[in-house]
Amino acid sequence: MHLNKVSLEARHISLSYGSTEVLRDVNLKIEPGEFFALLGPSGSGKSTLLRLIAGFNQHQRGELLVDGQDITGTPPHARNVGMVFQNYALWPHMTVWDNVAFGLVERRETKDAIRRKVGAVLELVGLAAYAQRRPGQLSGGQQQRVALARTVVIEPKLLLLDEPLSNLDKQLRVQMREELKNLQRKLGLTTIFVTHDQEEAMTTADRMAVLDKGILQQVGAAAGLYDFPVNRFVAGFVGTANLLEGEVTAVGGETLTFRVQGVGELTLPRPEVPPPLGAMALAFRPHQVSIRVRDEQVDASRLWLNGRVESAEFLGEFSRYRVRVGEVAMVTDQPHYAGLAMFAPGAEVRLGIEPTQVRFLDR
Amino acid sequence: MQAAALRPGTAGPGPWIAFGLILAFLLVFLILPVGTVIYTAFVNEGGVLTLGHFANFFSQGVFRESFFNSLWVALAATFFASVIAVPLAYLTVRFEFRGALLIQTLGVLPLIMPPFVGAVALQLIFGRSGSVNLLLDDWFGFTIPIMDGLVGVTFVESIHYFPFILLNLVAAMRNIDGAMEESALNLGARGWRLFRRVIFPLAMPGYLAGAALVFVKVFDDLGTPLVMGVTNMLAPQAYLRITSVGVDDPLGYVISVIMIAFSILALWMAARVMKGKDYATLQKGGSALQKRRLTAWESALAYGWMVLILLVTLAPHIGILLMSFAKVWSFSVLPDAYTLEHYGTVFSDANHMIGNTLLYCLLAAGLDVVIGTAIAYLILRTQLPARRWLDYLASAALAIPGLVLAIGYLRLFKGMNLPFTETPLVGTWVLIMLAYAVRRLPYALRSCMAALQQVHVSLEEAAQSLGATRLSTIRRVMVPLMAGGILAGFVTSFITAAVELSATLLLASTESQAPMSYGIYLYMQSISGRGPGAALGVLAVVVVGLGTYFSHRFVERSRATVQAKQEG
Repeated sequence: MHLNKVSLEARHISLSYGSTEVLRDVNLKIEPGEFFALLGPSGSGKSTLLRLIAGFNQHQRGELLVDGQDITGTPPHARNVGMVFQNYALWPHMTVWDNVAFGLVERRETKDAIRRKVGAVLELVGLAAYAQRRPGQLSGGQQQRVALARTVVIEPKLLLLDEPLSNLDKQLRVQMREELKNLQRKLGLTTIFVTHDQEEAMTTADRMAVLDKGILQQVGAAAGLYDFPVNRFVAGFVGTANLLEGEVTAVGGETLTFRVQGVGELTLPRPEVPPPLGAMALAFRPHQVSIRVRDEQVDASRLWLNGRVESAEFLGEFSRYRVRVGEVAMVTDQPHYAGLAMFAPGAEVRLGIEPTQVRFLDR
Repeated sequence: MQAAALRPGTAGPGPWIAFGLILAFLLVFLILPVGTVIYTAFVNEGGVLTLGHFANFFSQGVFRESFFNSLWVALAATFFASVIAVPLAYLTVRFEFRGALLIQTLGVLPLIMPPFVGAVALQLIFGRSGSVNLLLDDWFGFTIPIMDGLVGVTFVESIHYFPFILLNLVAAMRNIDGAMEESALNLGARGWRLFRRVIFPLAMPGYLAGAALVFVKVFDDLGTPLVMGVTNMLAPQAYLRITSVGVDDPLGYVISVIMIAFSILALWMAARVMKGKDYATLQKGGSALQKRRLTAWESALAYGWMVLILLVTLAPHIGILLMSFAKVWSFSVLPDAYTLEHYGTVFSDANHMIGNTLLYCLLAAGLDVVIGTAIAYLILRTQLPARRWLDYLASAALAIPGLVLAIGYLRLFKGMNLPFTETPLVGTWVLIMLAYAVRRLPYALRSCMAALQQVHVSLEEAAQSLGATRLSTIRRVMVPLMAGGILAGFVTSFITAAVELSATLLLASTESQAPMSYGIYLYMQSISGRGPGAALGVLAVVVVGLGTYFSHRFVERSRATVQAKQEG
C-alpha cells in the first residue's frame, strides 16, 4: 500500500456546547507521516478535537486544514479520514471480511479490487484465517486489529485512534502498542491518537500535545515536555513533579534567591535565561531528590533541606517517601536494592535537590 | 463524552422532510380528529363556545350514573388487578421456586384473548347458568352472581388486565440492584421494614406505570360492557348516542372529552409521581435481588394462590375452546355434544374477515414501524429543534380511546372523498386501517426507540468515517442492527390491532369490510352465532398467541446479537 502523507493544521479552533467551552483557540500543526498523540485528562477536550477532525463535531470558529485545504463543513463520509473507535465499533451483524470490505463497497470498488485489498490487509494484521468469523467470536486484541484493518484498507489521508488501547488488559496493551507503532511506520500514515495515559503517549508518539480544559498547553517530543514543561499542569501531568510555590526575590550574577512559602529562602544557580522577579513555582522530579540521614556527610553540589518522613511506600523498583519540609510536603523516589533499609515514618532526614534540574514555572 | 453525535453542518434536507411528513400524518389523523371532537363538545349549533352540553350531560340521571359507574369499575378493576398481580410479582423475583415459569405464562395468557371474547367465554363458566354456578347449585344450593352487571365487568377486566401490572412490576423489581438490598441489610434493615423502606419504593415506578395503564384501558373499554349487555357506562353510552342519534349529537362528544380527560389525568399522575424516581437501575456487573427459599408452608400458600389465578385466567380460554366445538351448550356444566361445523362455517362465511384483518393490520403495523423508526432516528440521531414533539404527539395516542378517535374520523372526514375518486372517505377500510396505525403507533415507537438506543452511536460513525452517506449508513448498519426490535414492534402493533374492537365498531360500515374482531362481535349478538363466533375467537387467540411468542423471540435474539458484540 502506498499512501500519500498529508499534514494537518488547526488554526484558532474554538468549540462550545451552549455556554460550556470545550476547545479554546487551539493552534496545532501535525507534519506528514507523523505519529502524534493528544494527551490530557478526561474532559480536557482531546476526544472532541479528534472527533472534530473526523467530522463528528463541528467547531464554531477557526479553520481545519488538511494539506492546506480547509475541510470545515465537509461531511464525515466525504473526508477520507479513518477513525478507530475506543470500543472498536465493529458491526456485529457482519463477518470480519464484510466489516473490512464495508468502506470499499461504499467507494463502489470492483469485486476484484475488494477481494485483493481485504485479503492483503487481513494478511497485514495477521487475521486472514478469521475472515468468516463474527466480531463477537474474537478476542479484544483481534477485534482491535479488525478495526484497524477496516480503517486503513480505505487508504485514508489521516488515521485517527480514540483511546485505542484502553479496552485491553495491561500485557496486551504493551504488545498492541508495539504493533501499532510498527504498522504506522510501515504505512507511513499521518496518525493522531488520543490517550489519557502519559506512558502510552511517551512510548508511542513522535510528538504530542498536552490539553487541559480545552486549551492546548504544550506541544513537543516526550523528552522535551518532560524536561522542560512550560507550566504547572504539564509538569504534573507528564510524569510526577514536586511543585513549590514561592517567589524569586533576587537575581545575581551566579545565583538567584527563591523564597519558598513555608520553607524559607533557597539559593540556586542562575539559569542561562533567568526568570523574572515575582511569584512562580519551583518544579523538580522526585527521582532528582536524594534522601539521607541527618548527620551523614553529603554532596555539597546539592541543595540540602531538613525534613521528617511522613509516609513511605515500597514500589519494587524504588521506594517513594513523602517528606515534610517546613510547611510543605515533598516527594522523593529512591532506587531500591536488596538489603537497603527503608526510612520509617517519623525519621529525621535531609533532602538533596539537584539544582540544575530545577525549573521555574510562572504559569 | 460522545453521547450525542453533533453534526449540524451535515444535516441536509432529509431529516426535515421526514419530520414534515410525520408531523403532517399525526396532525391529520390524530390531532385534528381529536381536536374536532373536543371542539364540538364545547360549541353550540351557532358555533359559540359553551359549557351547555356538559351541563346537559350532568343534568341527566343516566349520564351521571354512567360516569360514576365507569369511574368505579375502573378503580375497582385496578384494585383487584393489583391484588392478583403484586403477590405474583413478589413471588417470582424474591423467592426461589419452580413456579416462576408458570407466572410468566400467567402474565401472557390473558393478554392474548381480546377482553370482549373473554367476557363471552366467562359467561359460560361463571355466569348465572354457567358451569361453576350449576355445580355450586347442585352441590350446595347457592350461586355466585359474579358475572352480573358492573361486578361482572370489573371481574372480566381485572382478569384481563392484571398482566400489565405484573409485567411492569416484575421488570422493575428485576432491575433493583442486589447491592441496594445488601447495603440495607448491612445497615440493619430486615424483613418487612426492608421491604417497605427499600424494595417497595424502588419498585414503585413500575407498579404505577402498570396500574395507570389498567385504569385507562378499563375506563375506555367499549367491547366488554357491550358484550355483557351493560350499557350504563360511559363508553357504551357514547357508542349508542353516535350510532342511534347520529354523528351530530353533542353528548357523544361530551363523553369523549371526559374519557380523554380521565386517561390523560391517570397517565399524568403516574408520570408525576414517578418523575425523577426511576432509579431502579442495575449497575453493569451488579447482581439482582437475593432469592430465598420458601418454607414448606409458604410454598403451599404460594402454589395455592398461583393455581387459583391460573384456573381463573384459563377459564375464558377453556370456555371459548369448548364453545367453538359445542353443538348444544346451555344449562349444563359441559357441552352436550361436540362438532367441527362452526369452524366450517367460519372458513366458508367469514373468510373475508380473516383476510380483512390481515390486510388492515399488516398495513397498519408496517406504517407504524416505518414512522416509529423514523421518529426514533430523528430523536436519537439528529439535533432538529422540536424533534421531541414527534414523540409526545405520537405517544399522546395512548390517551385517546379508540372510540373517540373513530368519532373524530367520522366527524372530520364527513363529506370528503378519497383522492381522485367519487368514493366517500368515511365508509372505506382506509380509515379503519389508519385508526389502527395511529392507536398502535406508541407501542411500535417504544420498540424502535429501544432498538436504536441499543445500537452504539459509534457503529454508525464508523460507517460514516469509512465513506458511507447518511442513507447508506441507515440502510447497511442501522436498520439491520435494529431489525429485531423493529420486527417486535411490528408484531406488537399487528396483534393488538387484530383484536381492536372499539374503533372498528364505529368505522366498519358494511359487513364486507369487517375484520375478525368485528366478526366475532357480530356473531356473538345471536345465540346461533355463538359457535362460529367462538371458532373465530379461537383463531384470533391463536394468531395473537403465536405473534406474541415470535415477537418475544425476535427481541431476545436481537438483544443477544448486539450484546455479544458489545461485551466481547
